[in-house]
Amino acid sequence: MNLLPFYLIVSAFMFFTGVIGVMTRRNAIIVFMSIELMLNSANLTFVAFSSFLGNVSGQVFVFFVMAVAAAEAAVGLAIIISIYRNKMTANIDEINILKW
Amino acid sequence: MEVILFAVFASIAVVSSVLVVTRRNPVIAALCLILNFGSLAGMYLLLSAQFIAVVQIIVYAGAIMVLFLFVLMLLRPDMERSFFRHDPLFKWAAIIVSVFTFLLLVYAIILTTFNAPILANHAKTIEIGTVEAIGKELFSNFLLPFEAIGFVLLSATVGAMLLSKKKLD
Repeated sequence: MNLLPFYLIVSAFMFFTGVIGVMTRRNAIIVFMSIELMLNSANLTFVAFSSFLGNVSGQVFVFFVMAVAAAEAAVGLAIIISIYRNKMTANIDEINILKW
Repeated sequence: MEVILFAVFASIAVVSSVLVVTRRNPVIAALCLILNFGSLAGMYLLLSAQFIAVVQIIVYAGAIMVLFLFVLMLLRPDMERSFFRHDPLFKWAAIIVSVFTFLLLVYAIILTTFNAPILANHAKTIEIGTVEAIGKELFSNFLLPFEAIGFVLLSATVGAMLLSKKKLD
């Protein structure tokens, strides 16, 4: 049985759950977790196609995506900590000093 | 057997991703995200991508989620009041647009890949997921991106240390 469309559907579901999380949640850390969810759904698509097409490049790409996600999490969480230190909040509605 | 395991892992992944987005307490959301990463690792094993599955557990469920939980411990995790409290119109618009785009994508996936032939046989699929195959590819065709990712990680380390210093001067 060809399971490829089901892997892709699970991946699409996770991606759009992440999109909903980014657009509706107000806690900056949960917004970050939703971004991780979206990155992981892209990884699942890469691995599924790599496995079903018999091409190793997709898995190498997943390796790079994981490295970029680790860097992004480290920098992003450092930014959240320094914002929290200045404004004592992690709520993205109250962080509006760049808004015009 | 493969179908049953896929159904189990896929349902865990779907339920835990919904829980990540809907729980008010960030610590519970982080624990659901770890569950989600674990079920993804299971799906990678089903796709016979052994190396990626192990890296998923070590890097995501290990390193990145420890970082998240550590930051949650440092900040006081303030509960969000209610999901639809401020700006409910925007939230409904976001959900409706996301659901419609998801349905469009599902339609496209079913239309294009449902009757597609499987191009790789099972032996080939098992062969490409090993550390050996990925390492060969990484140090031959992807050597330049591999070096570049080292610089990305180095600059991220320096940036994180600089940003979390007490006074920026």
